[in-house]
Amino acid sequence: MTQLVIRFIVGGLFVSAFAVIGSMLKPKSFAGLFGAAPSVALATLALTISKNGKAYAAIEARSMVAGAAALLIYCVFVMLLLKRTGLRTLAATSSALIVWLGVAIALWWGFLK
Amino acid sequence: MSKLGIKIHFGSLKTTSWWEHAIRFVFGGAITVIAGLLAKKYGPAFGGLFLAFPAIFPASATMLERHERIEKQEKGVNPGNRGCDAAALDARGAAMGSLALMIFAVFVWLLLPGTSGWMIIGAGALWLVAAAGFWMVRKYRRRIFGILSTSKQAKPSVLQ
Repeated sequence: MTQLVIRFIVGGLFVSAFAVIGSMLKPKSFAGLFGAAPSVALATLALTISKNGKAYAAIEARSMVAGAAALLIYCVFVMLLLKRTGLRTLAATSSALIVWLGVAIALWWGFLK
Repeated sequence: MSKLGIKIHFGSLKTTSWWEHAIRFVFGGAITVIAGLLAKKYGPAFGGLFLAFPAIFPASATMLERHERIEKQEKGVNPGNRGCDAAALDARGAAMGSLALMIFAVFVWLLLPGTSGWMIIGAGALWLVAAAGFWMVRKYRRRIFGILSTSKQAKPSVLQ
């Protein structure tokens, strides 16, 4: 339980820090880079290295390549939804999460399982 | 930084309410916990996918749209689609950030086993450099690719 609480706090801090940096930067396209910052990755990898070792963390990083590819497709999909449909941002970003999940699981199934 | 048109606005911190910070903190914490639990249950190969889960982008883009709309309304201008346009720009930036995130992940995957665990800080710096590099190539694409195309055109004239 303590481990989960530590994970929650460390993850929350990393994500908040990167989000705050992103919100302070202009122009918007540059600030947008921080929407894909390695926040959860740095928090998780730091905790995993200390608890499970580097080899275990490296396996997570290998799968992260697939996760990041899915994130790229997710971002392009959200951009198209916002530009070409009348969807609001909250609806577009949350409905497209299914795209991230689908692509990430498909890549895992095809190459990493 | 300013030569590239990149500016830091500390004022944006004042326009972000406490609950917006709280949402991002809770969401980020929850995803990190979920990634850990999935790795424990289904193995690191599955849990690792969630290291690149869109944890920041949805909340940030939604807040950006809201702030843009409020700003226009306060100025007495019809916001129209300005909020969504701003969020679409944010998504374009995040797409470039995702490419850099792939480089980050490959770097950690290949180099972590043989080096110190502290290398992840270097990997974070690499992400920033790569993301900024992609952004600059896009920003100055006309100048960069213009030079390339004019040098191609220039070659025959040199030969003549």
